[in-house]
Amino acid sequence: MTSEMNMEEKKMIKATINGIEVEVAEGGSILDAARTVQIKIPTLCKHPDLDATGACGICVVRNKANGRMLRSCCTPLENGMDLLSEDAEIVEVRKTVLDLLLSRHPNECLTCARNQNCELQTLCADFGVRRETLPNIVPDLPKDDSTKCIVLDPRKCINCGRCVDVCQNMQDVWALSFLNRGIDTRMAPAGDISLAESPCVNCGQCSAHCPTGAIVEYEETDVVWEKLHDPETYCVAQIAPAVRVAIGEAFGQPIGTNMEGKMYAALRRMGFNAVFDTNFGADFTIMEESAEFVKRFTKGEGELPLITTCCPSWVDFMEKYHSDMIPHFSTCKSPHEMLGALAKTYYADKMGVDPKKIYMVSIMPCTAKKYEIRRCNDMSSSGCQDVDVSLTTREIARMFKQSSIDFVNIPDGEADSILGDYTGGGVIFGATGGVMEAALRNAVWMVTGKVPEKPEFEAVRGLEGIKECKIDLAGKEVRIAVAHGLKHVEEVLDKVRAAKTSGGELPYHFIEVMACPGGCVGGGGQPYGVTNELRSKRAAGLYKCDTECAQRTSSENAHVQKVYAEFLGEPLSEKAHHLLHTHYSTKRAYQR
Amino acid sequence: MAEQTLVDDIAIISKRWKNKEGSLIMALHDLQSRFGYIPRDAALELARQMEIPLARIYEVITFYHLFKLEPPGKHVVSVCMGTACYMKGGEKLLEKAKETLGIEPGETTPDGEFHLQVARCLGCCGLAPVVTINEELLAKVRAEDLENHLSACKGKEEGKGDAS
Repeated sequence: MTSEMNMEEKKMIKATINGIEVEVAEGGSILDAARTVQIKIPTLCKHPDLDATGACGICVVRNKANGRMLRSCCTPLENGMDLLSEDAEIVEVRKTVLDLLLSRHPNECLTCARNQNCELQTLCADFGVRRETLPNIVPDLPKDDSTKCIVLDPRKCINCGRCVDVCQNMQDVWALSFLNRGIDTRMAPAGDISLAESPCVNCGQCSAHCPTGAIVEYEETDVVWEKLHDPETYCVAQIAPAVRVAIGEAFGQPIGTNMEGKMYAALRRMGFNAVFDTNFGADFTIMEESAEFVKRFTKGEGELPLITTCCPSWVDFMEKYHSDMIPHFSTCKSPHEMLGALAKTYYADKMGVDPKKIYMVSIMPCTAKKYEIRRCNDMSSSGCQDVDVSLTTREIARMFKQSSIDFVNIPDGEADSILGDYTGGGVIFGATGGVMEAALRNAVWMVTGKVPEKPEFEAVRGLEGIKECKIDLAGKEVRIAVAHGLKHVEEVLDKVRAAKTSGGELPYHFIEVMACPGGCVGGGGQPYGVTNELRSKRAAGLYKCDTECAQRTSSENAHVQKVYAEFLGEPLSEKAHHLLHTHYSTKRAYQR
Repeated sequence: MAEQTLVDDIAIISKRWKNKEGSLIMALHDLQSRFGYIPRDAALELARQMEIPLARIYEVITFYHLFKLEPPGKHVVSVCMGTACYMKGGEKLLEKAKETLGIEPGETTPDGEFHLQVARCLGCCGLAPVVTINEELLAKVRAEDLENHLSACKGKEEGKGDAS
C-alpha cells in the first residue's frame, strides 16, 4: 500500500445549520459540526472527552426536511441535511428537560460546592428558569464521603452518565456504575457498598467531569483556616507544578498562565510561615529516581523496566490490580511527600522549629493526594505525619477568594529559599511525560557527567495515550514508554508481562505512568471544564516555565545539592531511603 | 456456605458461560436457581471467574426485577399484572396480597415465609387473573380466596425460591 493511500482523507459531509454551511469528516456529529461555525448547542451529558450517549436530551435540533427533532450529540451529520438549532418548540423542549431535572434536584445551590460553576445551574440561568413547574421530589439518598477524597451526593445526580463512563472506560477502574432502572436509576459504587470499599483509586476524574455537585472533592479548607488562625501552629505550604498553570482559570486569567508568584505572595498574606515549592521536591525525586534507574540499567541491580510512582492513584491501582509489578516500582515517594519529610527534619532543625508544631499543607491538582498522605507508615518518616493536609486547586482558589486578597493584582512574591528553588526538570512534572523527561536529563548527567546540551525530549511530550521512544544514553539504547489515563497503562503492562513470560527482549526499560489524562495538569482536583485543548495549554504553561529556568536539570539545583551535602549524604543513602522512599504491598480488593 | 463449595459451584456456571457473548444473564439465572437469589459473595466470585467487572454484574442484576439480592423467602408469591390479569382485577389481588402479608412487592415477610413480587404476563392470559405461589399456578383467582391460598402454604416446606 502506498503512503498516499494510507493518508487517504476521510470523506467530508456537507450540510447547513441555521442556513450556515457546515462541513465535518464523515461520522462527525451535528453538535461537532455546529461548533465549527460558532453555533453553541447546550449539552449536559456530552463531554468532549467522552462518547455521546444522548442521555439528557437538551441538545435537540430540528431536521427541516421532515420536522423531526434529533439529539445533535449522537446523530452523525448527513450530506444535504438542513437543520435548525432553535425555534420556539426547541426552546420549549430544552426548558422542559430542565424542568424535569429540577423536579428531582435539591434546591440547594447556595450551599453547593458547585455554586457558580455548575452546568445545570448555568443552563437554568441561561434559559431564564424562574420557577419550579413540577413538584420537587428528591430521592432520599445518603452522601458517601468514605474515601475522604471524593464525596458522592447522589441526590444531585442528573444521571448524565459521564462519571460512569469516565470510571469504567477512560480509567478502567469500574468503581462507579448505574444501579436499577427507569426513574429509580442511580449512580453508585457497584453493589451499594461505600466508595472506600470499591475499586476506586481516588483519581477524581469523575468529579472533574460531573456537570453538577453530585461528585466533589472532600473539602478540608476549614481545618486549614483553623491552623492558620492558631498562633501555636507553624503553617507551611507547598505548591505542586500543575497548580500554578491552572489556578488562574478560577480568576478569569488566560489558560496556562503561570500564577506561582501570585500564589507565593497570597499564601504569605494568608499567614503561612513558609512557602515551599513542590518543584523542589520534584528535583529530589528526580535525583533519587534517576539514581535508581541508572543503578538498575547500568549495574543490573533490580528489576527493569523501572516504573514511576509519583501518582498516588496509579500506586493504588497497581497495589490493587497489578501487584505483580511491585518489584518494578520505583521506591521513590512522590515530590510533595519528599518535601514534607524534609520540611519536618532538615528545615525544622535548621530553623529551630519543633517539627510537631509544623503543619504542612500541600496544594495539589489532585484528589488522590488526600489519600496518599496516610497511605502507609512511610508517610510519617519524620516522626510525625509528613504532610498534614492536601488541598486541591479548587479548594485553594476558594480560600484565596475568602481572604481579603486581590489575587490577580497582588505583586509577585517569592518562595522560601530553602526548599523553594527549582529547575526546569522539577516544573515539567505536572505534564504527562514530564517526569520521564526530567529523569532522562538527570540520567544523562549521571552517566556522562554533563547535563544534556539539548534538554528537550520532545518524543515524551503531548497527549497521545501511550508514547514510546528510544533514547541514546551514552551509547546504550533506553526504551521508554509514557502512559496516561489508567486504561492505557494496562496495554503497556501487558507487553512487559508477555516479554517476561516468553523470556524475550524487554519492550521497555523505563515507564512513566500518570493516572489522569494529560498528567497532573488534567488532575481531578483542577478547575472545571477540562478538555484536551485545556490540558495542552496548561502543559504549555509548564514547558514555558521550564525554558525560562536558568537550570533545566535537577542535579543543577544548588539547594538540592546543599541538602545532600549537609544532611542526606548522597542519593539512595540510608538516610535518603528512610525519608524519601517507601514500600508497596498487595491490596485485596474485589476484582473489577 | 463453605468458601470452597462456592468457588466450585461457580466454576461450573462460569465454565458453561464464560467467553460466550451476552451470556452474563444466563450465568446469573444459573446462579439464582442455585441459591434462590444472588448472594454478594457469589456475585464477587462470578465476577472473578468470568472476568466481568462486578460493577457490570450489579448493573444487570439491578436492572432486571427478576434477579434478587436478598434471600427470597420460602414461598414466592407472584401476582400477574400483565394486561389481561390487570383488566381482570390483578391490582385488587396485589392489594389483597400486600394487606395479608403486610409487605410491599420486592419484600419478604420478617419470618422469611413469603416473598411478594409482581409478574409481567405468565403466558396464560385465558386463566386471568393469575397468581403463582412457588411453581403452583392459581387460575381465575378471587381476592377473597387469596388469603386461604396463602395460609394453606404456611408451614409447608416449599420451593427453592423463584420458579420463573
